[in-house]
Amino acid sequence: MRIALPAALLTALAASPALAADLTVGIEIPRMTVAEYHRPYVSIWIETPDETAVKTLAVWYDTKNSKGEGATWLKDMRQWWRRTGRGLDKAAINGFSGPTKAPGKQQLVVPAARLADLAPGSYTLVVEAAREVGGREVVKIPFSWTGKGGKGGSAAGGSELGPVTLTIK
Amino acid sequence: MSLKLFSRGAAAVAFAAALAVAGSASAHRQWMLPSMTVLSGTDPWVSVDAAVSNDLFVFEHQPMRLENLTITGPDGAPVEAQNKFTGKYRSVFDIQLTKPGTYRVANVSGGMMVSYKVGGEQKRWRGAPADAAANIPAGATEVRKTMSDRRVEFFVTSGAPTTDALKPVGKGLELVAVTHPNDVLAGEKATFGLLLDGKPAAGVEVTVEPGGTRYNDERGEIKTTTDKDGKFSVTWPRAGYYWLEATVKGAADAEGVERTSGYVATFEVLKD
Repeated sequence: MRIALPAALLTALAASPALAADLTVGIEIPRMTVAEYHRPYVSIWIETPDETAVKTLAVWYDTKNSKGEGATWLKDMRQWWRRTGRGLDKAAINGFSGPTKAPGKQQLVVPAARLADLAPGSYTLVVEAAREVGGREVVKIPFSWTGKGGKGGSAAGGSELGPVTLTIK
Repeated sequence: MSLKLFSRGAAAVAFAAALAVAGSASAHRQWMLPSMTVLSGTDPWVSVDAAVSNDLFVFEHQPMRLENLTITGPDGAPVEAQNKFTGKYRSVFDIQLTKPGTYRVANVSGGMMVSYKVGGEQKRWRGAPADAAANIPAGATEVRKTMSDRRVEFFVTSGAPTTDALKPVGKGLELVAVTHPNDVLAGEKATFGLLLDGKPAAGVEVTVEPGGTRYNDERGEIKTTTDKDGKFSVTWPRAGYYWLEATVKGAADAEGVERTSGYVATFEVLKD
């Protein structure tokens, strides 16, 4: 899909270091054989080793709730909510939100431009899933970031999340 | 304090309950239990059970009367409770959190209790201090007057925790937050202070007890004492609702009136 970018963002893109890497998160949402299934709420963010949230990359929730009440359950992703979500206004949350995803392999590509303000260092990618009438799980992947690239990794959940991968290139 | 106290009619119940906890270590517990304390979304609702009972948090004895309910919004302005109901064992009310931030929901009761003897028979009277003189017989002996106040409360937050509603009232025994009361986690230490009439209350015993009495063999009480600055800490062993209680008994004043101040709060402790 082609998206028209505002001029300011284009300038920012042009100004980003040459060959800066994108960050790609692969998340498998397990298929469940349960009587009542709802797609999980998923939040994906970057935190420092002392668990301070630096940047939320995406939140997948019921953005299309017919009563507009989808945000009521954002707090069920309780770690994301406590570490950063509760302190963000609607506009900020809308900026990285999208609808819930179906079971199977999902992918989030974070373009290099969105990482321009991420200082070089050690970080953890955190993926938290919370499912209505289901469970909750957090999967973490430590990674390093040079400012232009870094080394990703992988981890796997055991209940609400399947394999999670972080690729930086 | 005997259970018979409670059979003297509904009007006396709220006040009797206020004194009950202050008067005896084995007394009933007063509490309010919110549906949750950490909320997201637009104008979310919280629903509350309020009762006086032995077990936490089981409504099995008396409803808490709601006449003295005071809700303070994140901006310090009062908020009205909705859908108030008082049943056999519990009262219920709802609050819509139309502003982001932290709300303080308190039930503050108090008054004077006078115990005395007339003709060798032990009597008790309760009411407003101004009415005491007219209600105590002239021939009463062993007259003992106690002014009692008790704050029963909890905190609830929509969005990010704020502190305006946590400002001390400056009257009675109350909690001051060092750790925000809606930011408490299992396994983590939370620190609070106690104030009596706005001044640090040192050397006060604080009892913290988890809910779920009915499903455990032990009550799991945690006891601590406030330090010289009125501060104390508690490390919550697991997630769930907790009841916190403290009572200060003061010496008699110049007119011989004793003083008892009580504080109760409910905390919802979450997992990280």
